Amino acid sequence: MTKKKIGDVILDVKNISLRFGGVKALTDISFNVKEHEIRAIIGPNGAGKSSMLNCINGVYTPQEGSITFRGKTFSHMNSRQVAEMGVARTFQNLALFKGMSVIDNIMSGRNLRIKSNLFLQALRIGPAQKEEEQHREFVEHIIDFLEIQAFRKTPVGQLPYGLQKRVDLGRALAMEPQVLLLDEPMAGMNLEEKQDMCRFVLDINDEFGTTVVLIEHDMGVVMDISDRVVVLDYGKKIGDGTPDEVRNNEDVIRAYLGTSH
Amino acid sequence: MLTTFPRLLLDHAARRGQAPAMREKEYGIWQTRSWADIARMAEHIACGLHQAGLHRGEHMVIIGANRPRLYATMLAAQSLGAIPVPLYQDAVAAECVFPINNAEVRFALVEDQEQVDKMLEIRESCPQLSHIYFDDPRGLRNYDEEGLAGLDELIGAGEAFSKQHPDFYKDEIEKAQAGDVAAMFFTSGTTGNPKGVVHTHNSLIDRARAGAEFDRLSGDEDVLAYLPPAWIGQNIFSYAQWLVCGYTVNCPESSGTVNIDLKEVGPTYYFAPPRVFEGLLTSVMIRMEDAGSIKRKMFHYFMDLAKKVGPDRLDGKSIGGSNALLYWLGNLLVYGPLRNNLGMNRVRVAYTAGEAIGPDLFSFYRSIGINLKQLYGSTETAVFVCLQPDHEARADTVGVPCQGVEIKVADNGEILVKSPGLLKEYYKNPKATEEVLTADGWYHTSDAGFIDSHGHLKIIDRVKDVGRIHGGANDGAMFAPKYVENKLKFFPQIKEVVAYGDQREKVCVMINIDFDAVGNWAERQNLPYAGYTDLAQKPEVYQLIRECVEKVNADLAEDALLAGSQISRFLVLHKELDADDGELTRTNKVRRGFIAEKYQPLIDGLYGGKTEQFIETVVKFEDGRTGKVSATLKIMDAKTFAPVKAAA
Repeated sequence: MTKKKIGDVILDVKNISLRFGGVKALTDISFNVKEHEIRAIIGPNGAGKSSMLNCINGVYTPQEGSITFRGKTFSHMNSRQVAEMGVARTFQNLALFKGMSVIDNIMSGRNLRIKSNLFLQALRIGPAQKEEEQHREFVEHIIDFLEIQAFRKTPVGQLPYGLQKRVDLGRALAMEPQVLLLDEPMAGMNLEEKQDMCRFVLDINDEFGTTVVLIEHDMGVVMDISDRVVVLDYGKKIGDGTPDEVRNNEDVIRAYLGTSH
Repeated sequence: MLTTFPRLLLDHAARRGQAPAMREKEYGIWQTRSWADIARMAEHIACGLHQAGLHRGEHMVIIGANRPRLYATMLAAQSLGAIPVPLYQDAVAAECVFPINNAEVRFALVEDQEQVDKMLEIRESCPQLSHIYFDDPRGLRNYDEEGLAGLDELIGAGEAFSKQHPDFYKDEIEKAQAGDVAAMFFTSGTTGNPKGVVHTHNSLIDRARAGAEFDRLSGDEDVLAYLPPAWIGQNIFSYAQWLVCGYTVNCPESSGTVNIDLKEVGPTYYFAPPRVFEGLLTSVMIRMEDAGSIKRKMFHYFMDLAKKVGPDRLDGKSIGGSNALLYWLGNLLVYGPLRNNLGMNRVRVAYTAGEAIGPDLFSFYRSIGINLKQLYGSTETAVFVCLQPDHEARADTVGVPCQGVEIKVADNGEILVKSPGLLKEYYKNPKATEEVLTADGWYHTSDAGFIDSHGHLKIIDRVKDVGRIHGGANDGAMFAPKYVENKLKFFPQIKEVVAYGDQREKVCVMINIDFDAVGNWAERQNLPYAGYTDLAQKPEVYQLIRECVEKVNADLAEDALLAGSQISRFLVLHKELDADDGELTRTNKVRRGFIAEKYQPLIDGLYGGKTEQFIETVVKFEDGRTGKVSATLKIMDAKTFAPVKAAA
């Protein structure tokens, strides 16, 4: 039913290699992400999926290779700079402020967009108050979008895991990102929660045109919602293409199902 | 004369256009819509629907939660002389097929993507369904189906039309008569296809007025609309009486936020089936159990006091000086904060109906100063038949006949009603109409009951359900299954009960535990469990339930009439009874016969003297898929008591 328009390459990863001492986490990885698409990175445990995301995100600096974002090439990214360029992410192990309410957590995602200085914000004077109201309004739209109205004021630590994941996504959305990096958004969820999360990812992609890069090891989920899939195994790229192409790729089958000896 | 709903709307818009008509919480803020706003919206929708081809006398389906634009659409349809047919928003797609085809529906307004998907799914079975409008466009951007359009587009088109034809809307409203059909409600029905209950403007408005006069409702009331609009109760409270009285209807943000919204709105006129009051009480009790010991002691001390003197106080009787002083203190420390927490601080009149309410549950709310009363009525009678006056609320009656109602008890104990609010007919079902509506104008309620010495109506059970014990020690004793079930359901640990005993030698019950209450209890007992099924079958849980059953037996033994209904054996079901599996009606009443068939092995086990029984059942998930659950259920005996002989 979807008829979305996939644009040009927005993010181009070239020949990335990342080593931790003697451990090769990533070896010579290249792939690209096109505007408005849902791009999945899959692979078995320890394949280097999160490391790849951390390179794009500026958390790790790869020893070799380059990343081109909107025509600008970087040999290493700095995470603040990445955020300012419109790349937001969620975390596999949730990095929320457990004692803070849902609203405050999502508000923290607006941080980069708040213009008034610390002093004005602290005293809520001058333009700071008005600005806060505007940001709060934006946050309310996210709360509505993610259907978490019932938990607005609940401390995040009290919420079940599936809802915490949603709040994590909400905080990333608060940055109004052009590219959204999702690190195992469905991990540890039950079937119903997974279906909800899939719907949110599809809706984000569809309604806001946000480009989504998604790490997942639940094959079913990935194949259903992604436009293109990269497959990693032991830090190497072993497959790249549409879900159908990847599903029929011999190397991928071997990596996932093993071979008979 | 203000004889139709659209005329009432225009009157409010003209006289008090800026007064709030509806509020809806959106983006965390209550957004108010005035009567003028609603009238304008209804006009635009009506013009749009007219252009799209909706005819006078045609039915239009409306599916969704309580949303201002859905109510405005009902008004719009009525303005054109069309008949709105609200359907339950949680019905699965297949359940919508019969009503839509029965009423030859071409037009539907649905709330969101979920409902649109349902309509598209049944389109093949309902080929005439040509126009589907949706209120919330979320997720529907890329749907490219013929005849599918947003309500915004419809309103836009209607606005343009009304500019060119400024008198069209008013002219259309003028064409309607009080005796015209205003709406049709499908009854969920415990057997067979649902029946469309046809009501005229006259019947609905007359009953809405009677109820409003009885409780002196004004335009200043606040009502929270949170039950399905397809249920006539919600429709009376947030539509018919809304238009008659001109009060404010508040729509919650989502189904998950109802309790929060209830607290924020603080309704003055509140309605809920017993189930909701029970749920609220259970959640309070659970939280109380988790509170610190001082708070807990204070709570229990003052609740005991309230239980003793609270109901009398609300009935206007004297409770004595020291009790009055203590109650005042209790109000300060416990009842007031508790009412506030329940969102019932401003409640002037609260009603419960639909099912019998447990006496303890009923007096709990009255004891903390909430004016909870009962009423009696059904879809066929446009709700108001009997109402309890303010100082005469009791748990075991449903009140006195209200204005315009005549009541008579038939020889078989059935209650017959004559009232201006009776249904016109069942749609396209003269046979069923004849069965309930006799030529002399009496409506047969199929409820068994009698008028007590105070002139209050008392309902025992459905006529067809009242049975007799056959054989055994209590041969010939009366068996009122609902009476037994309700007694058990008052325990917070028990969510649902099905009782059997008619034409059998003893009474056996199947029980659903309340997962929240029992789960919480298990946690405090350090009792590990894997899920609902596992928890339900724990020996400790059986022991807990057994205590409840035996308390009920002791209670029943005190009533000479019902002592024979004591429960001999019981089991705890491994899954919750669910409307999606056909075990409950959409209004959450147990379908005893259906359950007996579906769980035949369990019934055999109960009466066959077994101590456990294997059962496998098919369950239906909300998305329409099915799966199987199986378990071996324990069956336990309960102690019964010798009947207490009434003192001579």
